[in-house]
Amino acid sequence: MVVRALRDEGVKYIYGYPGGALLHVYDALFQQDDVQHVLVRHEQAATHMADAYARATGKAGVALVTSGPGATNAVTGIATAFTDSIPMVVITGQVMSHLIGEDAFQETDMLGISRPIVKHNFSVQRAEDIPSTIKKAFYIAQSGRPGPVVVDIPKDMTTPTDRFPYEYPKSVKLRSYNPISRGHSGQIRKAVDMLLQARRPVIYTGGGIVIGDASAELTELAKLLNFPVTNTLMGLGGYPGTDRQFLGMLGMHGSYEANMAMHHADLILAVGARFDDRVTNATDKFCPTARIIHIDIDPASISKTIRADVPIVGPSKVVLEEMVSLVKESTKKPDAAAIDSWWKQIDEWRGRHGGHYRTDDSELMKPQQVIEMLSKVTNGDAFVCSDVGQHQMFAAQYYKFNKPNRWINSGGLGTMGFGFPAAMGVKMNFPDADVACVTGEGSIQMNIQELSTCKQYDIPVKILCLNNQSLGMVRQWQDMNYESRHSQSYMKSLPDFVKLVEAYGHVGMKVDKYADLEGAMREAFALKDRLVFMDIAVDPYEHVYPMQVPRGSMRDMWLSKTERT
Amino acid sequence: MRHIISVLLENEPGALSRVVGLFSQRNYNIESLTVAPTEDATLSRLTVTTIGNDRVVEQITKQLNKLIDVVKVVDLSEGDHIERELMMIKLKANGQMRAEIKRTCDIFRGQIIDVTPNTYTVQLIGASDKLDAFIASLGNMASIMEVVRSGVSGIARGEKVLSL
Repeated sequence: MVVRALRDEGVKYIYGYPGGALLHVYDALFQQDDVQHVLVRHEQAATHMADAYARATGKAGVALVTSGPGATNAVTGIATAFTDSIPMVVITGQVMSHLIGEDAFQETDMLGISRPIVKHNFSVQRAEDIPSTIKKAFYIAQSGRPGPVVVDIPKDMTTPTDRFPYEYPKSVKLRSYNPISRGHSGQIRKAVDMLLQARRPVIYTGGGIVIGDASAELTELAKLLNFPVTNTLMGLGGYPGTDRQFLGMLGMHGSYEANMAMHHADLILAVGARFDDRVTNATDKFCPTARIIHIDIDPASISKTIRADVPIVGPSKVVLEEMVSLVKESTKKPDAAAIDSWWKQIDEWRGRHGGHYRTDDSELMKPQQVIEMLSKVTNGDAFVCSDVGQHQMFAAQYYKFNKPNRWINSGGLGTMGFGFPAAMGVKMNFPDADVACVTGEGSIQMNIQELSTCKQYDIPVKILCLNNQSLGMVRQWQDMNYESRHSQSYMKSLPDFVKLVEAYGHVGMKVDKYADLEGAMREAFALKDRLVFMDIAVDPYEHVYPMQVPRGSMRDMWLSKTERT
Repeated sequence: MRHIISVLLENEPGALSRVVGLFSQRNYNIESLTVAPTEDATLSRLTVTTIGNDRVVEQITKQLNKLIDVVKVVDLSEGDHIERELMMIKLKANGQMRAEIKRTCDIFRGQIIDVTPNTYTVQLIGASDKLDAFIASLGNMASIMEVVRSGVSGIARGEKVLSL
């Protein structure tokens, strides 16, 4: 019934790992061809693959893991999806009902463990409830503010000799859960009036644009108004990265112009963003002159850290659509002179510090150069799946994302080991697209066992390992805050990655000169049907800048090792 | 400020743990908690008293509303309401103090619901501060052996109701 329900939900791939509690389900999988199972090497990777599929398509990914350690291994992946509001259904096996609570072999209380990191979880109590429970799980995961849902199924619920009438519901209704479908018109009108009067506006958008499929509406509104747009880490791709009106990312490692514009703005239109601490810096110094319009599908995100002057609860796509038509209908127009002088100011900031880094102070390749090369070689069109650390920030800053759903990273939880399985999940579902995993020698080793899965299923992702021989982001903080005491941030025994990937049957490349980079990268992407691991030696001393000064305002930034605003 | 939040909850296994978990996970405080099924067996009514500023309480109600099992949430302290708590208190009561305790009990409209030669068990119903006042008024008169309090339950005054 589990497999049939997944088939009827239209699931093509599930990612998982078998075990005792799931043997009935795996036997059912074996006897059909509609739902294809991908055997990972560690359950964490299964959840990241399912998660990345959801990030790239907007539809819930599915992971299947057994009870006990299988389920606990999935916890990091569930939390990763939860923090970034990614729809996912995780089916966990459980020991037989009569053994629950008796500390049985491979028993853990998965409902209890997962409770704080799921949108909802279910325990199947009666086998005949399996189809409706799975339907509810998908409905909850994908509607409203999306998130992961765990369905815990005791082994005796899947006994093949027990037969039940099967019917997969077309839709479900829950009296206690009614996701909002549109925003309050009065509030939207009020917001549009404010937009048309703004003199120094900034549109600040997050993952809600990407997962809410509102990129086109956002772009139309920004173009109509000629307002600057900045994206959060999760929101990159929500607005075209090469457009003149795009200021880059904002926040801790945001661009100089984005952070300066935010600080001096008189109106901020926040859409699908949650004023996270990595964005706002000190909340009491945040954007002192700005009034704030906040659109979010989750009322709890509004006025959580920063009070909104005009809160609008609703799906970003629908609300922005309504705003666009109101702006078009309105007899009022934005104050062109004020907006022009605002742009002059922004362009001046942009000219002063727009994305500069030094290449002259050492022979070593800069990580930023690698990302810029990737952007060039793939025409800004690749799926870029990132791990966590300095390379992630460089990718966010220097890759020019022109399309949504192409930048796949663990933004909220910051899960090292995410990037590689994520790239695998995307590549399996978009076999013709270029899929790059940008990683470091630290992150990649957290899920490197998946090289084996890639061999089994021929998943030809391209791995760009920015190898600085240290945990770069930790090291940077140690340089800045701990007088360069590099406590445990240096890895003394790195493997020979080229030999390692060759042992798994893939292609390895080592690049240590910038002159060789373009040729090697083009060669790697030309090898369409092979996984290529590029071990790229980069400057181990490089820091990510700008970097906001802790407890400061948006505009307080380090711009290099020696310059501060 | 102290708030009384009333929640209508699906009477499902695990639903209560989601509510309690939410409070500890997000560092909200629980002063008291009561829960029992309603006249509709599929629904439980839960009352939680908490202390926090307006922003925190706003977050609490929003976060509670987000839980899938939560059907409705209302902050009773926003309007006129009645709150009651039940206390059973076992006191050492012998000699001449027995009469004195009985008098105090009458003043608070408490009832003595169990008696032994050396003890009284008193039942008292009222707002939490009344129960506190009773305990304080006992002073040195009687030594307290045991206190059981139910936690606060509340209901809105007038025609307002919290139901489906």
